[in-house]
Formats: sequence, structure tokens, C-alpha cells
Amino acid sequence: MAFESLSDKLQNVFKKLRGKGVLTEKDLKEALREVKMALLEADVNFKVVKDFIARIQERAVGQEVLSSLTPGQQVIKIVHEEMIALMGSEEDSRIRYSDKPPTVIMLVGLQGAGKTTMAAKLAGMLKKQGKKPMLVACDVYRPAAVKQLQIVGEQVGVPVFEMGTDVSPVDIAKAGIKQAAKMECGLVILDTAGRLHIDEELMQELTDIREQTSPSEILLVVDAMTGQDAVNVSKSFDELLNITGVVLTKLDGDTRGGAALSIRAVTGKPIKFAGVGEKLADVEAFHPDRMASRVLGM
Amino acid sequence: GAYDEVDDDFYEELEEALILSDLGMETTVRIVESLRKKAREQRLKKPEEVRELLVEEIAGILKTSEPGIIEAGKMNVILVIGVNGVGKTTSIGKIAAQLKSEGNKVLLAAADTFRAAAIDQLKVWAQRADVDIIYHQEGADPGAVVFDAAAAARSRKADVLICDTAGRLHNKKNLMEELKKMNRILDREFPDAHREVLLVLDATTGQNALQQAKLFAEAAPITGIVLTKLDGTAKGGVVIGIAGELKIPVKYIGVGEGIEDLQPFRAEEFAAALFE
Ligand SMILES: Nc1nc2c(ncn2[C@@H]2O[C@H](COP(=O)(O)OP(=O)(O)OP(=O)(O)O)[C@@H](O)[C@H]2O)c(=O)[nH]1
Ligand SMILES: Nc1nc2c(ncn2[C@@H]2O[C@H](COP(=O)(O)OP(=O)(O)OP(=O)(O)O)[C@@H](O)[C@H]2O)c(=O)[nH]1
Ligand SMILES: [K+]
Ligand SMILES: [Mg+2]
Ligand SMILES: [Mg+2]
Repeated sequence: MAFESLSDKLQNVFKKLRGKGVLTEKDLKEALREVKMALLEADVNFKVVKDFIARIQERAVGQEVLSSLTPGQQVIKIVHEEMIALMGSEEDSRIRYSDKPPTVIMLVGLQGAGKTTMAAKLAGMLKKQGKKPMLVACDVYRPAAVKQLQIVGEQVGVPVFEMGTDVSPVDIAKAGIKQAAKMECGLVILDTAGRLHIDEELMQELTDIREQTSPSEILLVVDAMTGQDAVNVSKSFDELLNITGVVLTKLDGDTRGGAALSIRAVTGKPIKFAGVGEKLADVEAFHPDRMASRVLGM
Repeated sequence: GAYDEVDDDFYEELEEALILSDLGMETTVRIVESLRKKAREQRLKKPEEVRELLVEEIAGILKTSEPGIIEAGKMNVILVIGVNGVGKTTSIGKIAAQLKSEGNKVLLAAADTFRAAAIDQLKVWAQRADVDIIYHQEGADPGAVVFDAAAAARSRKADVLICDTAGRLHNKKNLMEELKKMNRILDREFPDAHREVLLVLDATTGQNALQQAKLFAEAAPITGIVLTKLDGTAKGGVVIGIAGELKIPVKYIGVGEGIEDLQPFRAEEFAAALFE
């Protein structure tokens, strides 16, 4: 990794400052500048970083980091704690089930984020937990999207409901749920087409599907490599759909993944799962603590 | 602009705009420092003038090589690479349609044999663009597909061969080796052809795109970037750092999912759009 670790940087800042005797609030500011840089380099949104640093500053002064013997460690500890607090707790990765089965899980997000793959990963994972999932192919736009879902569905041994590409996604979703009830599948996962958050027509389609199917979970699937735009995207999807959670994909890469922090700050919704590879077994519960360390480059 | 003075607040505002456009801290600081210096030297007083200078600066970094990716009268071979889901297959469909409409005989190679239904997806695009396609079964050796496509391109006297590849993360050593191998096959099969290696980047990607460019460039000599999904709200500013550091030009931008939604890259327009 090209970055000097944040710990090293902070250690150095404080070492320099220590020579001068007593640390001041101004010195702390300098240290927090390093934290700010690290977060920005990790793709945390500019505005989110600003708020975050202000909060750390307040806490750090209150906790008398300034008179501590190891101010660098102190600052990092506070930063780390605040990040985990922002990133959520571990139990958030449970799926909410409906009292009136089938439970519907709807996956939404930008193009290429990893929805179809995640639909199959979740289906496979929940099947192992004893559920009976069915996948429903609501993407009628992307070339070969239905075929893709059929293939990955077969790979995890889960039935795939499809009606081709000439029927509206809303009708497909409704028919899929009916079929699931008939086949006694207690769980329906809707794979929707990728779309831009500013595409009003396609966003309306999601609203319609939601109204007609009352999903227990609406999961926003986000590519972990996403940059500053993560804020716009997650805000738009959440405002329109009131998402219940987030799934972060492609965490097997070497991105620092600051988008995770941005999304949490903007939506307050839990990050439930992580995609960590192209294989259908490559899905994990999301770990806020690991993510915090990763974003900080530690 | 909200400022009628070129002061620290003004520069901070510019910095914020650049960071929000995904230029990254390093590139942003470098550009704004150089801008301050030049603005002082040129005694620029109006925010408008400084902003124009900034757009010029950025366009300068991005200044493209010759537009276009093929050489008339030669066999042209284009390898398309990038991480998962960025828009490789879709961009190939668009490029194929464009080259075909310009009178070229285009052949596609479905060398993504890994992704579920990747072959079917490229087949749809081949049909839309009305060009031929060479494919094997899902799970087949991508090198073998490339090899077969090369033979077909020669025997059918194609002007352009475009190879789709599976998306792969740049930190996966074995997958990058596989890519090197495909590139070597093309080197061997077409020693005299005009070669292009296009790296597809998603405009929504943050600083990781720099790492993508660096590591993909080690696997195959990248000749240009296709920057996709610029029809959203992401600005794709990370390509400025890539152009500055790695000297790789952006050739095309993707602005939608339709076959027409591909445009040649225009540096000035792109730079100006960062401040819209
Ligand atoms: N390395 C890696 N690749 C992934 C992961 N999740 C998905 N992918 C890959 O990302 C690409 C896009 O995945 P899809 O599941 O097709 O994404 P999508 O959101 O359904 O795409 P659209 O339907 O076109 O919007 C594919 O190449 C997947 O194999 C992951 O966690 N890690
Ligand atoms: N809005 C928008 N969507 C795009 C653009 N280019 C591609 N897409 C969409 O992005 C998604 C992924 O595109 P693909 O062409 O399958 O990407 P890929 O790089 O081949 O993906 P893998 O082969 O899985 O690695 C699809 O839903 C495309 O329709 C673009 O310029 N704008
Ligand atoms: K993406
Ligand atoms: Mg999909
Ligand atoms: Mg592809």
C-alpha cells in the first residue's frame, strides 16, 4: 500500500509537537488534519468527513487527549470508536421476516453494483439456514439479465421465477410472489435492474414494486469502490424507498471503502452484508470494526 | 459564483468541488497550488477568470492524443479490460456499432467465459450492432477463445477484432496472469496489427481507480480509457490523476445504456462539467 499508515503519521505529528512541551488545541487540529486526509483518500465524502472531524475534535478536547502520554494512540482510539459507532453494530445483519409469508427481499442499486450476484448469494446463504428462497427476475432491460439469474439460481439450487422481458417488472414481482406461495417458498428475493438514482421513470418503477409487494427488506447494493457520489446515490434511494439496509460488494478488492462511512452517515441504515468475491459463497455478515480499520488504512 | 473576490474562501470552495468530483486529495492540492501561483503571476482578480484558468489547467492535463482507436487499412485489435461491472461488455457493443457504421467489418470475441450469461449478453450486443461474434462454452479457456477469434478475424478479413474479457479485480494475481496471457496471444497472432488496450473505468469509482489503472497497465499496455456512467451525478475526476501520473488518455465516455450512448472524450467539456 502506498500510504504511510495513519498511526505512523499521527505518531510523527505528535512526536514533532511533543518537542515543544505542552500540546495545544492547535496541535490537535494538525493531527486531525491527518485523519481528515486519510478519510478523504479513502473516499469518505467530503461533507461527511467535515462533520466527523468536528465531532472527534469535540470529544478529543473533552477527553484531555492533550495531556495524555500517548496522544497519537488516544486520537486513533477515539477515531476508531466513533467510526464503529457510525458504522453500526454486528446484530444488524439479520434479515427481517414477515409474519405473513412469503417474506420479500428487494435488491436495488446502480448498474453493475452486484445485485444479481448478491441475490443468488443471499438465496444460497438463507437456504443453508433452512429457508426456502425463490429468486424473481425483475430486470427486463439488461441484455441476458434473466439468463444470468437463472444460471446463478441453479448454481445455488434455488428456483428462479421469470416471465421473459415483455412483462412489467411490477407484474413479474407480483406473479413471482404468488408462485412462491404456491410452491411453499417462504422467501422471495427480487432482482431488479440497475438504474441511476436520477432516472425518475425507473425510480418510480421501484416505488411501484415496493407498493405492490410490501418487502420486509429493501437492500441497497453498493460497490465498495464507490467514491464521493455514494452520498447522492444512497440518499436518493433511501429517500424514495426508505431502504432497510445496505449491502457492500467487491470488498475483496484493495479499496479502502470509505463509501461505507458516507452511506451510513447519510442514511443511518445498517450495512448488513458484504460481498467478498465473485463466487456465490463469497458473502459475509458485515463487520463494522474491521471496516473501520480498513477505511483508516490500519 | 458566490464570491466576488479571489481569496482563501474562494480557493477552498474550488478545492471542495474538486474533491467532491473524485480528484482525490493529492491531485486536488497539486492543482490548486499551481492555480494560486499562476493566478498571482497573471494578476487575475475575478473569480470567473481563475475558474477559467483552472478548467484550462485540467483540460491540459487531460489533453487527448489523437481521437479514434483504429487505423484505416490495417488489422485493428482491441482488448477491453477492467474490474467487475464497470461497463466493458456494454461499451464493446457501442464501439462495435460505431465502427460498423463507419464501414468497418467488426468481429467480437467473447473471452469472458466466467461470468454467468456474459456470452449471451455479448451475443445480444453483436446482434444489435449487426456484427459477428466468436464464442465458446461458459467455462471454456478464454485464451482459446482469443486464439480462435484471431484465426476467424484473419480468414474473414475483419478490419477490427474486439475482445471482451471477464471483469477482474486488479489485486487478484492469477486473474491478472490470465489477462497477460490473452494479451500475449494477441501479440503473437497479430505482430503487425494496430493494437489498442482499453481500460474501462466506472465514473462512480473513487480513488481505487488509480490503483486499477496502475495494476492493469502492468498486465497489458493500456492505450486508452473508456469512462462509463457519466450520465449519473458522479464526475469521474479520478481520471485526472490517472492522466497526470500514468499519461493514459481518455478516449470515450459512456453516457447511458443504449447503443448510441458513447461519445468521444472532450477534455474541455469534461473539465468544465466538474464545476456544474
Ligand atoms: N470481485 C467481486 N466481484 C463481484 C462481487 N459481487 C459481484 N461481482 C461481480 O460484479 C459484476 C457485476 O455483478 P452483477 O451481479 O451482474 O451486478 P448487477 O448489479 O446485477 O448489474 P446490473 O444488473 O447490470 O445493474 C459481475 O462481474 C460480478 O461477478 C464481489 O463481491 N466481488
Ligand atoms: N447508466 C449507465 N449504465 C451503463 C453504462 N455503461 C454500462 N452500463 C450498465 O452497467 C452495467 C454493467 O455493464 P456491463 O457492460 O455488463 O459491465 P462489464 O464491465 O462487462 O461487467 P462484468 O463483465 O460483469 O465485469 C449494465 O447494467 C450496463 O447496462 C453507462 O455509460 N451509463
Ligand atoms: K460499479
Ligand atoms: Mg443484475
Ligand atoms: Mg462483461
